[in-house]
Amino acid sequence: VNGVPNVKIVIIGNSATAVGAIESIRQHNQRAEIVVVTQESSLIYSRPMLSHYLAGEIDEERLCYRGSDFYTEHGVKAILDSEVVAIEPQEHRIRTRSGEAIRYDKLLICTGGVPIVPPIAGLDPSTPGVFTFTTLADTQGVIEYLRRAGQRPAPQDVADAGNQIGDICEAVVVGGGMIGIKATDALVSRGLHVTMVELAPRILSAGFDEVASDMVSRIFTEGGVDVLTENTVTAVHTESGSETALGPTPAPGGHISAGHIQSGSETHAPEGRISAVTLKDGRTLRCDVLILGIGVRPNARIAEEAGLDVRRGIVVDEYMRTSEPDIYAAGDVAEAYDLVVDMNRTVAIWPNAYRQGAIAGAHMVGVARADQGGVAMNTIEALGVPAMAIGNANAPEGEGYQVLSELHERGDKIARTYRRLVIKDDLLVGAILVGNIERAGIYTGLIRNKIPIGDVLAGPRRQNLMNVNLLSLPDTYRKHVVTGAGIEV
Amino acid sequence: MEKEMKRIIVHEEHCIACGLCQVHCLVQHSTSRDIIKAFSNERDRVLSRVTLEEDGPISFALQCRQCQEPACLEACISGAMHRDPETGAVVCDEDRCVGCWMCIMVCPAGAIRQNLTGHGIASKCDLCYGSELPACVVHCPNEALTYEEVDDDPPSPEPAGSKAGQGGRS
Repeated sequence: VNGVPNVKIVIIGNSATAVGAIESIRQHNQRAEIVVVTQESSLIYSRPMLSHYLAGEIDEERLCYRGSDFYTEHGVKAILDSEVVAIEPQEHRIRTRSGEAIRYDKLLICTGGVPIVPPIAGLDPSTPGVFTFTTLADTQGVIEYLRRAGQRPAPQDVADAGNQIGDICEAVVVGGGMIGIKATDALVSRGLHVTMVELAPRILSAGFDEVASDMVSRIFTEGGVDVLTENTVTAVHTESGSETALGPTPAPGGHISAGHIQSGSETHAPEGRISAVTLKDGRTLRCDVLILGIGVRPNARIAEEAGLDVRRGIVVDEYMRTSEPDIYAAGDVAEAYDLVVDMNRTVAIWPNAYRQGAIAGAHMVGVARADQGGVAMNTIEALGVPAMAIGNANAPEGEGYQVLSELHERGDKIARTYRRLVIKDDLLVGAILVGNIERAGIYTGLIRNKIPIGDVLAGPRRQNLMNVNLLSLPDTYRKHVVTGAGIEV
Repeated sequence: MEKEMKRIIVHEEHCIACGLCQVHCLVQHSTSRDIIKAFSNERDRVLSRVTLEEDGPISFALQCRQCQEPACLEACISGAMHRDPETGAVVCDEDRCVGCWMCIMVCPAGAIRQNLTGHGIASKCDLCYGSELPACVVHCPNEALTYEEVDDDPPSPEPAGSKAGQGGRS
């Protein structure tokens, strides 16, 4: 296994994918030289946890995904605050913004995604009070802005925070998908009044069906959030009274970071902080803080410029190899195999990022472990109510899809539950769970392992699928899960 | 990493669904470790990490299967889910868990539960860390749960009867 001595592995990025790769490399190979180059100025933190940090549930220390000694322990040289501007495949080296050239034998691109910034009149990336919600810097920016502008501290900051809200109280979140929902949930926890604006006819339209969307929407509405659909922000107004002058185009990738706001190095200094937004329907709302939470797109620019095969993301095979020899890509930036839709696509979720990183890492040190493919899935919490969408959960009934569902929507939000199962050709291909999420992973297992459940659907245990347990499933699969592989039935 | 590890083996043919495994799991993970106090005072705060399934004559008690490549570990966003360096067991550091339920979404055995105390934490079998034998094994009256060293391969990602891997790939 250690047949690749002294291989030099360079990893661009330092999130879940990088960690997956490093842990996998070291599981197989102690000698490989590993260099991590990242734009981030801090060690590995968890981006999905940023909403918990914004909500005030956890402190910054708990954002750490691995210990502060992770790189040291794994023999990794980390180059922080460094942006890779070019990949030179022929020369097997990368170049950084500061002009440094770094040679590699194997390169892993895990640059993740960059937030999508919508075209909004008057939206100047440096306007105080306007934020994307992807990085630690973004989140620190929001928290610091709220603090300085007089918003009450999060509950954990001060023991007796009371209910008094400072002069920052109106937040607008653009986007009713995963990021928008997480931002909304966190801002509500901080005591702000939030208006969530979604362009589509309903929130969570990508992964969830109408019933689940409506449930989540209703929970937010009952919690005091204004949920506006088929609407968006068309103009931003600042305290100086008018729309801010259109600034230059956002930085490459459209990334607005908190650094821009606090550094004072911007040439187009803002006139004042955000004060209001105008919506597509013509209304103007007071807005003290605006979060752009539409989503991310793969951060694949340097790969594209280097001539790699890039569609939406960087196209990779089952070992996460790109079209260029010795260059791998994994995580949110990669277009890898999705076993439910049976094609390559970008799915920006943490489990895929970690797993793909591990597969790339192993292959870079000579261990071929083919990826079985990912399953798109995510989990959110709407004011304390969990909701999950797994696989092709949103498919409408008909055209080969069979749907089983069960809805209990009476009572308060905690009592409401919904489950929706999508079946195609006797295989479970998707599941939605709202409220009661117990044992949800059994569904994921059925989807991932493509277990035929035709007999279950035709038999007396059919309804048991709704409140799933292993005994309702085919005996062979149950014994596989319970007792392990290789069981004769 | 590849040192021998003991796992809890489930013998469903011996299970009589008495539920003693669940009772003693809860007691073991309570603060008092006293059956009366645990059930009278701590029931909101501590869960059994054993799930009992029963349907007619078939029953079994199930806890974390200690997968070789745990889906919960790769899905965990906080880093709370980890392999204990000493025992090799997959365990959840409850001080780091934020209750995002990603692990629950991916565990194929459905062996992780929501402990809704406080902000919510994932509750799973830790093989009774520090004890020679897990409590569920000790208290099983019919040897339906045993604790054994296992040298076979981990459950394969493509179990018998699965259609996985049959599809074409681009």
